Amino acid sequence: MRSGRAAIVIAILALLALVSVAAFLTLGARGSWSFVLSFRGKRLLALVLVAYAIAVSTVLFQTVTNNRILTPSIMGFDALYVLVQTSVVFFLGTQMLVLADPHLRFLAEVVVMAGFAWILFRWLFLGEERSLHLLVLVGIVFGIFFRSISTFMQRILDPNAFQVLQDALFASFQNVDTTLLGVSFALVAMASLVLWGVSHTFDVLTLGRAQAVSLGVDYRRTVMTILTMVAVLVAVSTALVGPITFFGLLVASLARALLGDSLHRHVLPAAVLLAIVALVGGQTVLERVFSFDTALSIIVEFLGGLVFIILIMRGAAR
Amino acid sequence: MGVVVALTMMLAVASLFVGISDVSLSTLFGAGAHDRAMRVLLVSRIPRTAAILLAGSALAIAGLVMQIIVRNRFVEPSTAGTTESASLGFLVVTIFAPGWPLMAKMLVAAVFAFAGTALFLRILRFVPLRDVMLVPLVGIMLGGVIGAVTTFFAYRFDLLPSVLAWTIGDFSGVLRGRYELLWFGLAATILAYVAADRFTVAGLGRDVTTSLGLNYKAVMTFGLALVAVISSVTLVSVGSIPFLGLIVPNVVSLMVGDNMRITVPWVAALGALFVLLCDIVGRIVRYPYEIPIGVTVGVVGSAIFLYLLLRARGSRG
Repeated sequence: MRSGRAAIVIAILALLALVSVAAFLTLGARGSWSFVLSFRGKRLLALVLVAYAIAVSTVLFQTVTNNRILTPSIMGFDALYVLVQTSVVFFLGTQMLVLADPHLRFLAEVVVMAGFAWILFRWLFLGEERSLHLLVLVGIVFGIFFRSISTFMQRILDPNAFQVLQDALFASFQNVDTTLLGVSFALVAMASLVLWGVSHTFDVLTLGRAQAVSLGVDYRRTVMTILTMVAVLVAVSTALVGPITFFGLLVASLARALLGDSLHRHVLPAAVLLAIVALVGGQTVLERVFSFDTALSIIVEFLGGLVFIILIMRGAAR
Repeated sequence: MGVVVALTMMLAVASLFVGISDVSLSTLFGAGAHDRAMRVLLVSRIPRTAAILLAGSALAIAGLVMQIIVRNRFVEPSTAGTTESASLGFLVVTIFAPGWPLMAKMLVAAVFAFAGTALFLRILRFVPLRDVMLVPLVGIMLGGVIGAVTTFFAYRFDLLPSVLAWTIGDFSGVLRGRYELLWFGLAATILAYVAADRFTVAGLGRDVTTSLGLNYKAVMTFGLALVAVISSVTLVSVGSIPFLGLIVPNVVSLMVGDNMRITVPWVAALGALFVLLCDIVGRIVRYPYEIPIGVTVGVVGSAIFLYLLLRARGSRG
């Protein structure tokens, strides 16, 4: 029965995702089709990449940390990425941003980011058992801390450098940075391959550390591998559209609620499809129907915050 | 205590002479352009320094009052949805009644701040298991949700730049005639000192308060009103300064304990000193540009908050 329901849910979501994609590409298009399709196709690819990266990284992060509330972005991950970018400009000057090959710079930033994330997680999750609420709170405050330092550095930069940095950092669903599409795609593919290699352990990891170890999982290595790949995925999505705090939490929670189970072979595709529907579909509706542009991230933030409060309260009531 | 007050005095005097315009003893009393220097001193430097002292002590006290009422060390206006609610109120009044005097706008913001904090306390009632960390967590999230509403309306009415301006506290715009509302903050501080014992009792819970012959609801309402007024006054005058009300009372508690009669003056003095220090640093680091106080306190404050959190790791409850 279970897998029957999952199959139906995933089929419906796939259909919705296809409809969103078609609508995104064709609605309100005028003029030369080849131009429209290539222009929108790039944006579409970027949005789909972002949706995939956020959904997969959130679900797996929750698997590894064994909870349903924490997500990489709540743990201050995208803020960390912004901090890395700011530090590059701060210590190496704007020439880095202008002269260096953006692909190389992006790769270097992703490496630094993954390294940082790795240290942070080792310290937070592989030590003693800690209270979940403490971890969440520490994550949020880390995020605020990273953002404050970034802002501080940006204020110290001279106004011109600040402007350059603003342009580099400011991205939205509206104007996706398409220069990094190729390298982003390669990174996401690489991360997916690595994760595929350890995918047989996902469901076992959900049982918790002691169980996973007794069932023969090389716990430390597997968890560190997954967390590093999560860091890469988050870096990619932040580089493409900027920080979005609650999107991952929304799709992961919603996917589990729709499926009624938490097997990864169901949850992962469902979450990815949901993310595509929400991003591509939401963007299409807002752009073509309401002609808002940057409002999608605000709406996601609002709903996500509510879901978060409800989850926290349900968890506390248990 | 004496040391803190003396330090604050010294820095306050220093604050009068730090800035872009050349104000020094020789320009004030020497030959030449001394009336200009005098004017800068009277119109900008003295009001700015006064605003710093008033806002710093009032916000720290607001945090202290909240922590006692909610009985949680990690609550303060920016971790309870208070600041964001005040911001929403200010935005609403800016949209619908832009012509109102600042005082009226401030009062609307205060009403919103009060309502938002009351909502936060109501939500907490539905959380049966009161984990220490859960309270600020819910508060920060509620603040995020209210902030999203504010952002949305600001975006629809093309007011985003001004909203961003008042979410980052900044003393550089303080001039004579633009900060006087902050004296309400001082009045609230004095009231908090007078009512200190009552807040302590109210912190023990409804039953204890009632059996000691105090009106629980009245004390709570009074405390929340103080916090709402302080938050909205500082928001309207200088913008929001995060975590100040959280770290100062916690540091004081580590230094001198938790007797309200002793801690209130300490918290007020240290709050003023801390903000003064951060503002002077912000004025010097990137001379002639300034780094707004909200940014400086944000860095130092979140770092100290992290330290407090990880320090409290061992203790649950």
